[in-house]
Amino acid sequence: MTLLDFRLTESKFLSLDGLPAHVGNTPLLPLRRLSPGLSPRTQIFAKAEWFNPGGSVKDRPALNIIQTAIRNGDLGNGKRLLDSTSGNMGISYATFGAALGIPVTLALPASASPERISILKALGAELILTDPLEGSDGAILKARELAAERPDLYWYANQYNNQANWQAHYLSTGPEILCQTNEQVTHFIAGLGTSGTLMGTGRYLREQLPNVKVLAFQPDAPFHGLEGLKHMPSAIKPGIYDESFAGDPLPVKTEAAHEMVLRLAREEGLFVGISSGAAAVAALQVASELEEGVVVTVFPDAGYKYLSDKALWEGK
Amino acid sequence: MPVLRIPTPLRAYTNGQAEVTVSGANISEALVDLTSQYPTIKPHLFNDDGGLRPFVNLFVGEHNIKDLQGVDTPIKDGEKIMIIPSIAGG
Repeated sequence: MTLLDFRLTESKFLSLDGLPAHVGNTPLLPLRRLSPGLSPRTQIFAKAEWFNPGGSVKDRPALNIIQTAIRNGDLGNGKRLLDSTSGNMGISYATFGAALGIPVTLALPASASPERISILKALGAELILTDPLEGSDGAILKARELAAERPDLYWYANQYNNQANWQAHYLSTGPEILCQTNEQVTHFIAGLGTSGTLMGTGRYLREQLPNVKVLAFQPDAPFHGLEGLKHMPSAIKPGIYDESFAGDPLPVKTEAAHEMVLRLAREEGLFVGISSGAAAVAALQVASELEEGVVVTVFPDAGYKYLSDKALWEGK
Repeated sequence: MPVLRIPTPLRAYTNGQAEVTVSGANISEALVDLTSQYPTIKPHLFNDDGGLRPFVNLFVGEHNIKDLQGVDTPIKDGEKIMIIPSIAGG
């Protein structure tokens, strides 16, 4: 048999679907060694979102936003996908954009880590770097401006206001957690960025398990080092975020999240990013107050994109 | 005199000022002057023990002071120093 005779579609052993088919169905990992003081009837689990092809939880909303836009005729017509990003959403857009032949333009603060900028360039995204002093909100305003100026050139994905963002989690993250916990999840807690993870997963779980507690966490102050997370009172509020949905978010201090990132690496073998550290801090706080329960959170990405952050790994 | 450029999340503590002129020959002295002008900004930049919080990134030109001499990095008259915030959600 020559290589030309090899019929890929008949393979029984290899998954031959493209990248989109591999988004989601991430492992749900127990945190065992981090929580020795917990009630023996309380467990914490984290969705390991770095198992997605693009390396983060953002694959879920990015793919759903792109597929919805293609279905609606907004993309696939030569227009460029345009959005603002803190990094991960941009990497997911660029990944699927490359795979599906859709050009991608991203506004992101010039202070984005060198790892993120290098990955985005490698994937062929066009980058518009915005004033680092204005943070993510500056990138949002720039994307809005470009979209208004050139509607012929850009389709503005607008992740903060796009319903396909939270719906991705309603359709995937929520059902996966329900199934993986055998419907025993009692508490779900997620960090606030766009709020898509919280709103979509939370809505689904509440529909299926009316007694489940859905909780949010956010940085404890406007100026923080929890990359990827928003301090809602001082930021542009995402249109998809319903403040009444999960009550007051738990505040997480940057230093506590940094310390937790190191503990996760060294005590659990989980090499994760800063927002995962924050998620573990919040989940532990919730779990420590329970006699029994199954607390689930989301670890958005791995630690690779933060290696240049000396504060995180070296404490300076 | 050097100028500290303030990111949007900290402008609530500088009466909305995007730039604050400070005195000082190095970063440490400049920050001491900033916190004397605007005391409520102090807990956002410094730990209880008086050290700069590790996640705070200050840039002199293109360079993070962590790659220079830290808070002892000298600064010149008229030089602009940026306090860079982390990048929030999405």
